[in-house]
Amino acid sequence: MTIHRRTFLGVAGLSAVALAGKSSIGALAKAGEEAAPAAGAATRWAMVIDPQRCLRKEGCTDCIGACDKVHNVPLFKDKDHEVKWIWKEPFENAFTSEENPYTAEALKDKPVLVFCNHCDNPPCVRVCPTKATWKREDGIVMMDWHRCIGCRYCMAACPYGSRSFNWLDPRPRIPALDPEFPTRTKGVVEKCTFCEERLAKGEKPACVEACPEKALVFGNLDDPASEVRSLLREHFTIRRKPELGTQPEIYYIV
Amino acid sequence: MRDRGLIFSGLVLFLGLITFPVWYNLASGTSSKPPELKLPATEKQCVAPTETMRMSHMEMLITWRDQVVRQNDRTYVAANGKRYDMSLTNTCLKCHDNKAEFCDKCHDYAGVKPYCWDCHIDPKLVQRSKG
Repeated sequence: MTIHRRTFLGVAGLSAVALAGKSSIGALAKAGEEAAPAAGAATRWAMVIDPQRCLRKEGCTDCIGACDKVHNVPLFKDKDHEVKWIWKEPFENAFTSEENPYTAEALKDKPVLVFCNHCDNPPCVRVCPTKATWKREDGIVMMDWHRCIGCRYCMAACPYGSRSFNWLDPRPRIPALDPEFPTRTKGVVEKCTFCEERLAKGEKPACVEACPEKALVFGNLDDPASEVRSLLREHFTIRRKPELGTQPEIYYIV
Repeated sequence: MRDRGLIFSGLVLFLGLITFPVWYNLASGTSSKPPELKLPATEKQCVAPTETMRMSHMEMLITWRDQVVRQNDRTYVAANGKRYDMSLTNTCLKCHDNKAEFCDKCHDYAGVKPYCWDCHIDPKLVQRSKG
């Protein structure tokens, strides 16, 4: 069997194109895999909140108080300097994408607990120039206050306003210093860390533990038998601004 | 060489002046004395030998910080196998409970100003403000 030069060149050219195509498709597929959230991770912390249960005890701020106490959150009366980890927001303000003008009576204008959503696709992490904030393998959007340079890009990126900046030295404004947890300094951003220091000791987040109505449920989304998963199975839940693609991991039962 | 006397006496005066701080400190007997630190009364065993701690406690603390904050790994295993929680306030200061007489005294002597305490809290400070 003889091969003409022309046939040989043609086959060789086509093979080269095919090989190049295969490797680029492979590379593209790989990039896609990396961008997707890691599947099958052992732990993915999340929270399910029942706002109506939260409303049972009127004016209750037990969770907020507990959080502020264990994390040395300063109390600034001036709104411009406010530092917040967990706070209450009227339902309509918290869920701006629920464009329903006829919100159910039970929730209309009622306060809802909001805090860092520990997004699966956190925009704050993308913009941080020093990697002072990053997503841990267990899903917690963590902060390294040692590394924060106070540029506040993360605050601009966060669509939930979950981050606060220390415009002033926070230490004199902390009602009761807890030496077991550090304070922050002027020029540093802070936010909820899902109580990672308590999780490390096998404890639940302070807000969850403090809630007298058990309106906050914390657990592992990757465990199908967990309480959060069973709540998500049994109830219809919403998340804040899901259309932004941040994949928030705080679920609200409505 | 008519100015020999002038030149040499000038030189001696000059040397005497620029080495004045050395003579002054030697005479007052302060600089050669290392600070006397107050060691914990209860605990005799630190996480590492004294020499290591004296030379490189700062590197150890930085490593601890990165381990805890960034790797979520909180246990330090000492050379003798003993386990410690990697925490400045909750481990170091539990034994070295007198920060002023231990940390500060040496830092002042060496002229270093670590900013650990801008955020991390000396438990003594809290007790005093409460009491």
